[in-house]
Amino acid sequence: MSKQINVALIGNPNTGKTSVFNALTGLNQKVGNYPGITVEKKEGICKLPRGVKAHIIDLPGTYSLNASSLDENVVIELLLNKSDKDFPDVAVVITDVENFKRNLLLFTQIKDLKIPAILVINMSDRMKYKGISLNIEYLEQHLHTKIALISTRKNEGISELKELINNYKSISVEPCLDTSTIDTEYFENLRKAFPNQDLYKLWLVISQDANFGKIDRDQMAIEKFKTKSKSELKYLLQRETIKRYQFINNVLKKGQTIDVSKATDLRSKFDGILTHKVWGYLIFFVILLTIFQAIYDWSSIPMDFIDSAFASLSELTKNSLPSGAFTDLIAEGVIPGLGGIVIFIPQIAFLFLFIAVLEESGYMSRVVFLMDRIMRRFGLSGKSVVPLISGTACAIPAIMATRNIESWKERLITILVTPFTTCSARLPVYLIIISLVIPEGRFIGLSLQALTLMLLYLIGFGTAIISAYILNKILKIKSKTFFVVEMPNYKLPMLKNVALTVLEKTKSFVFGAGKIILAISIILWFLASYGPGDKFNNAEEIITTEYASQNLSEDQLQHKIASYKLEHSFIGITGRAIEPAISPLGYDWKIGIALISSFAAREVFVGTLATIYSVGNDDVDTIKNRMAAEVNPTLGGPLFTIASGISLLLFYAFAMQCMSTLAIVKRETNSWKWPVLQLVIMTVFAYLVALIAFQVLK
Amino acid sequence: MKVSVAHLKRGEHGIITDVSSAEIPLKLLEMGCLPGSKVQLVQLAPFSDPMYLNINGTHLAIRKETAIHILIEKITNE
Repeated sequence: MSKQINVALIGNPNTGKTSVFNALTGLNQKVGNYPGITVEKKEGICKLPRGVKAHIIDLPGTYSLNASSLDENVVIELLLNKSDKDFPDVAVVITDVENFKRNLLLFTQIKDLKIPAILVINMSDRMKYKGISLNIEYLEQHLHTKIALISTRKNEGISELKELINNYKSISVEPCLDTSTIDTEYFENLRKAFPNQDLYKLWLVISQDANFGKIDRDQMAIEKFKTKSKSELKYLLQRETIKRYQFINNVLKKGQTIDVSKATDLRSKFDGILTHKVWGYLIFFVILLTIFQAIYDWSSIPMDFIDSAFASLSELTKNSLPSGAFTDLIAEGVIPGLGGIVIFIPQIAFLFLFIAVLEESGYMSRVVFLMDRIMRRFGLSGKSVVPLISGTACAIPAIMATRNIESWKERLITILVTPFTTCSARLPVYLIIISLVIPEGRFIGLSLQALTLMLLYLIGFGTAIISAYILNKILKIKSKTFFVVEMPNYKLPMLKNVALTVLEKTKSFVFGAGKIILAISIILWFLASYGPGDKFNNAEEIITTEYASQNLSEDQLQHKIASYKLEHSFIGITGRAIEPAISPLGYDWKIGIALISSFAAREVFVGTLATIYSVGNDDVDTIKNRMAAEVNPTLGGPLFTIASGISLLLFYAFAMQCMSTLAIVKRETNSWKWPVLQLVIMTVFAYLVALIAFQVLK
Repeated sequence: MKVSVAHLKRGEHGIITDVSSAEIPLKLLEMGCLPGSKVQLVQLAPFSDPMYLNINGTHLAIRKETAIHILIEKITNE
């Protein structure tokens, strides 16, 4: 077997880079993180002709090599570090035919690093609609490259691209711009100081803040050249940009012709409505409403199916395996715990489906545009809308998505308030409690339960906004705000891209959360099945003696014994201990256990209850029915009423029940101060609100 | 009075004459906002902020506070 070719996919955002990645690798891809940082690393394997394999790495989208974010730093750090195992043998620069000129800026920079670069012109099927024609031969000659015209949408040109990757050794490494022309005197001095180094690489090391630890051995010497003030460096970077555009304009003069009269412009028609001062907001609201109604209605069928399937699986296990501790562990600990996570796959998949479609279609940028002014009033940025919306999936990627907010203050506020938005981990808790306590009726055609869910999302969002407003007044941080958002053209989302996103995100949710849930389920089962002291060990004797006179049936007696055992198990004792603190909120000690265990992750709540209740109550099958059968120990009557249900819903809406989010906030803000503040304030607030809600409603 | 992008009305065009580099993020320049480029105001959000521009075929949105630092010469009758 021959050596793999290392390929790096590089390109501006919105050029369809991910589509090209998907087209090359299909399902042979994996998503991880770059070591030590939370930037997503996508890599995959592509089979080339003649049995050669290519290792493809999809680098974060960037407009140039002048990095202004962690994600963009990843790109330069890799391209400057020849000893990195992922250092590309060949760079594939993806451009979009409609923004060809702007996309070429990055291409010229890659070329100047003297890495063989293939130029991919994507969405070439749209050329005729835009009246664009390209002289490929001329472009190849003057940009010193090989060009692949492809259309991932129509699946055209992919095999030609593979062929080019296979023959990467024949690609010229001639640079596009002579770096010294940016400022003759400055670069002449630089060349004299480092005669053996490549001038453009030196310039990147000097002008960028990225961590080049491994790259330059002459760090100390280079520091001297950094003495130029920031504004002087910026001036030089600006000169570089202008020089590059001059070069590109010269090449395109002969290489590209655009006949505007042939261009059809759907964009302006769409924008006329979607960014309209009234219609724009109305449409955005309707889209949100549709998402919630759909998540609730469409996913109920597979969810009911999963719920009953796990219940019968548990039953089957119990009946077919020899009885004993191991069978109990499987049937009462593992299976209900797993069921508690699998059941939410339909909803999470739907949510990611909608987010992926909104992102892919280009609509998300319009939302940023529409919301910026409003968000700014609360100390946020229009770009905070994307984290707040993706926060409905999970706060972790959402907090990472704040990286493109240019102002530190706006970014910090977004990070701090994002955990208030209703993440998919809250969804399981909400859904089960809503279905228990909210009646099934309809209000103006919408189901009451769906409306409650929508209301909870609005409460989360509203709290986020209001806390942002308060934080904006309190925090004394001065930072310059810049706001630049590209408004990409509208595109019909590609099924393959959307499907892969949904698959990958759902997978990472299930396996990420699934591991914790499974572990906690097993621990809980153990804690609920064993206990210290005589009361637990002699439960049968105690109960039999106590009820000897009452002539109970065998079933009733067994039931009494089981609940007596649970009460005096390890978990029962813990729950009892915290009961005084939570009974004013309308919860019993079982919910108390679920509150504690779900501090690791909110979705554990349902799995915990499933485990605890299945240990204590064998009469009914599904989680929901078990919960409905619970009785309030102090007040009598059902445990889950409107009052306790709403109190629980509000507690979960506000509490910071997620360790992973705290870890991410720590990493992104680089301090323990913010996550600790977040944890304390959110938990206290949640407790108070839940307390008031129960006391008022009961 | 100097005319800036912030003075454009919806649908109007201009040619960028000067960008004050201290106030303009490099990213904006890299996206083609350079002297000589043609700029059109595509859409305004409520309160005229942010502004949705078409600069030489690149569509982007910036805030008014940035737009006032991009000086232009208006093109009429187009």
